[in-house]
Amino acid sequence: MALDIARSERTENDLPSRVNDFAIKLGNVNGTGSASANTLLMRAIFRMGIPVSGKNLFPSNIQGLPTWYEIRVNKSGYTARALDYDLMVAMNAKTYAEDIHEVRSGGYVLHDSTWPLEPELIRADVHYLEVPLTTLCIDNFSAARERVLMKNVCYAGALVAFLAIDLEIVSALLDETFQRNARLRESNQLALRLGYEYAREHYECPLPFHLEAMDSNNDKILVDGNTATALGCLYAGATVAAWYPITPSTSVMDNFTSLCRRYRREALPEPDLNGAVQYQNNYLILQAEDELAAIGMVLGANWMGARAFTSTSGPGISLMGELLGLAYYTEIPAVIIDVQRTGPSTGMPTRTQQGDILACAYASHGDTKHLLLFPANPNECFDFAVRAFDLAERFQTPVIMLSELDIGMNDWVVPTLAWDDAFVPDRGRVLDATDLKEISHFFRYADEDADFVTPRTLPGVDPKGAYFIRGSGHNKFGDYTEIPDQYQEVVDRLAKKHAAAKDHLPEPIVERRVGSRIGVVSVGSCDIAIREALELLDESGIAADFLRIRGFPFSTVVDEFLDEYELCFVIEQNRDAQLRSLLTIETSVAKEKLRSVLVYGGFPLSAKHVIDGITSQLED
Amino acid sequence: MASITKPMIPLLHFEKNEIGLTVRDYEGAMSTLCAGCGHDSISSAIVQSLFELAIAPEMIAKLSGIGCSSKTPTYFVRGAHGFNSAHGRMATIATGANAANRTLKFIGISGDGDSLSIGLGHLAHAIRRNLDMLYVMENNGVYGLTKGQFSASADINSTSKRGEPNIIPPIDVVQMGLSIGATFVARAFSGDKEQLIPILKAGLSHRGFALIDVISPCVQFNDHEGSTKSYQFTREHETQATDYVAPREEILATIPQDDAINVTMHSGSVMRFRSVSDDYDPTDRNSVMAYLEAHHRTNEIVTGLLYVDANVPDLHELNHTPDSSLVSIPYDRLCPGSEILADLQKSFR
Repeated sequence: MALDIARSERTENDLPSRVNDFAIKLGNVNGTGSASANTLLMRAIFRMGIPVSGKNLFPSNIQGLPTWYEIRVNKSGYTARALDYDLMVAMNAKTYAEDIHEVRSGGYVLHDSTWPLEPELIRADVHYLEVPLTTLCIDNFSAARERVLMKNVCYAGALVAFLAIDLEIVSALLDETFQRNARLRESNQLALRLGYEYAREHYECPLPFHLEAMDSNNDKILVDGNTATALGCLYAGATVAAWYPITPSTSVMDNFTSLCRRYRREALPEPDLNGAVQYQNNYLILQAEDELAAIGMVLGANWMGARAFTSTSGPGISLMGELLGLAYYTEIPAVIIDVQRTGPSTGMPTRTQQGDILACAYASHGDTKHLLLFPANPNECFDFAVRAFDLAERFQTPVIMLSELDIGMNDWVVPTLAWDDAFVPDRGRVLDATDLKEISHFFRYADEDADFVTPRTLPGVDPKGAYFIRGSGHNKFGDYTEIPDQYQEVVDRLAKKHAAAKDHLPEPIVERRVGSRIGVVSVGSCDIAIREALELLDESGIAADFLRIRGFPFSTVVDEFLDEYELCFVIEQNRDAQLRSLLTIETSVAKEKLRSVLVYGGFPLSAKHVIDGITSQLED
Repeated sequence: MASITKPMIPLLHFEKNEIGLTVRDYEGAMSTLCAGCGHDSISSAIVQSLFELAIAPEMIAKLSGIGCSSKTPTYFVRGAHGFNSAHGRMATIATGANAANRTLKFIGISGDGDSLSIGLGHLAHAIRRNLDMLYVMENNGVYGLTKGQFSASADINSTSKRGEPNIIPPIDVVQMGLSIGATFVARAFSGDKEQLIPILKAGLSHRGFALIDVISPCVQFNDHEGSTKSYQFTREHETQATDYVAPREEILATIPQDDAINVTMHSGSVMRFRSVSDDYDPTDRNSVMAYLEAHHRTNEIVTGLLYVDANVPDLHELNHTPDSSLVSIPYDRLCPGSEILADLQKSFR
């Protein structure tokens, strides 16, 4: 009875008609095949040329726990996470109550009407879209597994009708996905039509908010940051990679592995004894026994002159601490990809955060400082991964790229990745056999250049270049020392070298607005939410300039920017205001003028967080 | 702890090897270990082995972790690159280095603390990967640099310098190595160069992981109250000599083939070594295990080349890497280029 009312009557909060500007959320049970249906929808919208984002909010679990997927469409390109949902696809009975509660007043709930909703789940101010998904699948599919899996494609079909997604595009995507499996292809196509036709027959389609094709994605791709990072490592010329599996960085190495199999494998002219084609792999990927070993392997390979990297997350960074200090002190290049997740400890492995900033900046005991890169999207993951190898070899030191789960594991719409074939890697100061002939003696830590970098030699070249790497106290000749002056001479140069690197790191991105009197500083994935928020704030009369930091040590531009304003907001995704702390340590900014906006619950930042965080403090 | 450069006086009468180098070319800095330390005997055996095998110094990479044993790579082959890394992590550095440049000869020096406690996991996994390297474990049963704690190879009921008995049974690296598939396992005594040098040369020639457990007496801490020449005894008769270490003679012994010999260590304790016989078959893992176990029960330390399997692929063969090194591949063969990047992104739409 209640359902009938809700379905037939419009409420006062009905949404005005909106094209290409809405957010939907899908509540699923993980391990039931919903992820592919959700990705299908997102890819179809992308192919319609509309700015879109998909955020996978998933549990640290294989099967059976609640998982959500959010799709936001925004014609202006603001695709940070939205907190208002126009439509909820409620596919998990266990989370019905909270999911239905989250829909905005006047919004819609799509659910499997094979079983009626409990009366307490009926809200008078939302519309219910009832699609008997289970019944449709039982009637049309015979295999038990298929009946479960096809429910997902069936709701996707209904959404195609409700949101005016291009059916032909979705259908083509299914054909592409199941190219090699005719049976699955047919089942999926059938399920798609079942949902689509049911929606069209029973409801007025499309809904007031829906899609219309645009052409904003012509030079864009849909890619996650971990794939882009792996591509960067491939293009940088990395030959050795060592890692230990850890969410959310695992797909960096999974992708690197498949890319290497495809692009780094060379067929040999001679077949083997059985006549099979022999090949050689121009790479070696080591799944290490732990992260301690992974970073050790990276150092060993870099010592030999290979470009080597590891990918990890916070717990791995903690374990790598000791050898990061060894690399810093002995001046061995290393590239570490840290895809940050929620800490401390095991924390929430499938949730996002920016909690490793301080741990990475000063990783290891004693006086250590590292070079950090902060990508904000998959595009920068690709570019910075390449730059990380150049910087590591130029400055003979570890470079940590701090990606984030939100960037690494979610699909982003970004400009197509470009490559300049004229690129020549910067291998830094390395003396070869010819160079060594011209000098009488080689001393590892002497003869510094303008950036305080000293030349190194590689094993296997010339006995004159031989030196002994030691993590123990050493002087500029590379000899063991316990003499204060000799020890300090080396560590002082290391401090100067670290500082000199700031001119070689990616410069901050600064966006200014007319009449702005406050500054906003941030890093990484906060970027997209902040840019949207600042646009909205500007419309309501609060203009703020925005600086996004992309490297550490900080550029002098950061100091100058902070100097300009009485008040600066530092927006970041951790509890302890780690970026703010680093700014107070490493710039001359007065601590009092830095205010924090901190969002660290594990889900990606939204513009609403930023607006609320700033306006609440301006009112104070 | 500082190393001291050895004066290099060219002496023409030194014998030259196949590549025209003398044994002096394989030496390193002066040792700063205690006089009489077994580790120095091992370093000198390594020098002799490399000289005899005529390996070019620049083609040698020597690595170690932390501890007395790990200081020794400074004391051999000054023309080789060396890496004195972090405690327990040497095998990981060696793995990455070998992955990048397989054309070098990798020599890892470790101790019982470095290998059997903090670095046990890495040792085990280097064995599993059949990493092509010589891994010498200089085994003295104690932590020397931190002054005499038991290591994981200390025999049960042996006493520390302070007289406390060791109550936890030891890890036998030979049996452990065999059990997880090591392809070359040997044991030797630092004082028996006649046996040690051939074993080192065999290990250096093995393609794969060559694990050599070398019993190497500690003059300083493998000591107990019963010894008349104990550290304690000496200190009580010296004033202000808190750092004093009694100089001792290197212990030398030749273990006869297929026979046992008692060797008295600096502590006064006696170790009974048995060298395997001529008809011993080091290729049959089952009989090797049984042989070791039988002699373990009679408290005899079996020495010699105990097990070898030359036909197991090493890390590189398993991974189909090129015969030359990965570091020698030019960048243009590593970077797929802009066309491929454009092409592969078609699947990102």
